[in-house]
Amino acid sequence: MTLSPALEAKFQKLLTNYPEGRQRSAMIPMLLFAQDEIGSVTPELIQEVAKRIGTQPLQVEEVMTYYSMLHAKPWGKYHVQICTNVSCMLTGGEQLWEHACEKLGIGHRQATPDGLISLEEVECIGACSWAPAIQVNYDFHHKVTPEKLDQLLDSLRTHAV
Amino acid sequence: MPYNEPHPAEVRIISKRFGLPNSASIDTYLANEGYQALDKALGMTPDAIIDELKVSNLRGRGGAGFPTGLKWSFVPRTSPKPKYVMVNADESEPGTCKDRLLMEFDPHQLLEGMMIGAYVIGAQRGYIYIRGEYRYLIEIMDRAIEEAYARGYLGDKLHGTDFTFHVRTHTGAGAYECGEESALLESFEGKRGIPRIRPPFPAVAGAYASPTLLNNVETFSSVPAVLRMGGPAYAELGVPRNGGTRMLCLSGHVNTPGVYEVPLGFPMMRVVNELGGGMRAGKKLKAVVPGGSSCPLLKAEECDIPMDYDSLAKAKSMLGSGGMIVMDEDTDMVRVALRIMRFYQHESCGWCIPCREGTTWLKKLLTRFVDGMGQPNDIVMIGDLAKNMLGRTFCPLGDAAAMPTIAIIEKFRDEFEAYLADGPKPRREELVYA
Repeated sequence: MTLSPALEAKFQKLLTNYPEGRQRSAMIPMLLFAQDEIGSVTPELIQEVAKRIGTQPLQVEEVMTYYSMLHAKPWGKYHVQICTNVSCMLTGGEQLWEHACEKLGIGHRQATPDGLISLEEVECIGACSWAPAIQVNYDFHHKVTPEKLDQLLDSLRTHAV
Repeated sequence: MPYNEPHPAEVRIISKRFGLPNSASIDTYLANEGYQALDKALGMTPDAIIDELKVSNLRGRGGAGFPTGLKWSFVPRTSPKPKYVMVNADESEPGTCKDRLLMEFDPHQLLEGMMIGAYVIGAQRGYIYIRGEYRYLIEIMDRAIEEAYARGYLGDKLHGTDFTFHVRTHTGAGAYECGEESALLESFEGKRGIPRIRPPFPAVAGAYASPTLLNNVETFSSVPAVLRMGGPAYAELGVPRNGGTRMLCLSGHVNTPGVYEVPLGFPMMRVVNELGGGMRAGKKLKAVVPGGSSCPLLKAEECDIPMDYDSLAKAKSMLGSGGMIVMDEDTDMVRVALRIMRFYQHESCGWCIPCREGTTWLKKLLTRFVDGMGQPNDIVMIGDLAKNMLGRTFCPLGDAAAMPTIAIIEKFRDEFEAYLADGPKPRREELVYA
């Protein structure tokens, strides 16, 4: 599989990050950085990563299925992750979750039919002191209210247009 | 600016550069005592540095509170194998959000701590294992690493000595279990994050079965201050056997939640009332989780306690990772118990049966309770199940799930009984979780 120049450079760098003979360490970073660009961990990507680090594709697959951020099917362009763990639960995280499900008409790990927004109820994302918190792709949003969430979801739609 | 205003009651040692302009840059760091501890360290013997750490009473800030000097002394420095420095930046204990700030606002402080560690054990390579969700921190740390190379703080034969040290970031991909040291090392090696049986401990056989110095971000970040101030002065900040300061992540029902740095032994109620600005909406305090969701919670009347490892251990809880969650009188403790168990059930790696099955069945029992379908003997069964998980797993995740559950069921039994008396509740589909 052909990688974009940026991803190719990243893969090359990752391979040199670890001592000689320990290139398997690059597996998870490779999968995550590639997924960001490709949209999901495809069978071709698994083959490619296995080839680069010198393992069997099955070994990559075995590892990939363990990690909650790695996924075989593409998510929405904007992956909205709402934390409902204790600190967020105490400050309205569950209400945000219900609100988002209702507004978008989708549930946990589902995407809108146009593929624009997907939702995930996530465990603690490390924003407890600024709860309730959500992450859209990698961006944090702190002290979110249902109103702020509405604005955010609307702005994602506008961005896309 | 950091995410919350500093408070006058804080003692800012490792967070003192937060809020400075460009606090993450090497210039700001150098202008504010940066890399002075490294200079000092390079003029000391490794044993002298370890002694300084022992005197400082610095204890691990990741959760277990193990004395840092002692941990460093366990690494076999004469081993012919390569040695590694590993930073646990997989911060994911619910309630904890401090390592994020330490990396965002003072990445060089962490690097300096790693360098001192590398010098002590004779490591030439160091890695920072950062949780996948913290992508922006990988960028910040990578930038800091580049700066450190450019200024001659990282690389080969540094400062005219034989000291050679290289650092790289490494990313996780979403797994609480990988914050556990041996699972972290498995994950680092490109495997599923499953814990290893110990001994051997990572100090002896860590990354690639080689001696590895593995500490939390905050622990490494505290090391430069220890050397700069000297062990006795650092110890003096805290209370006996609990040296220095630590970052507290205050969340929940207080007016001004935030991350605050306080000396060890700081009174818990002052955290709630002063740093936290008191309870939100004038409500009464019901309970506090002292240091992340795996710590048994304290009832309001138990909260008149100093925040240090030993005082909290005496109260049958833990200082843990500093994630302090405050709950007011309206908090439904049965639902809190379920939410905590849902987390641990989701995050159990499934390797050890008591944890895999225990968390699954506890979640089922607690879900039944919240639905109002609990049976009278469920209360005893939840307690028994949880107690049978204790100490029966490779890693502490089983204990982490069991301990808060046991505490809640013992301390708030009346709320479970009230659920029983109320009978079935209409089940709201959107609240039925996977």
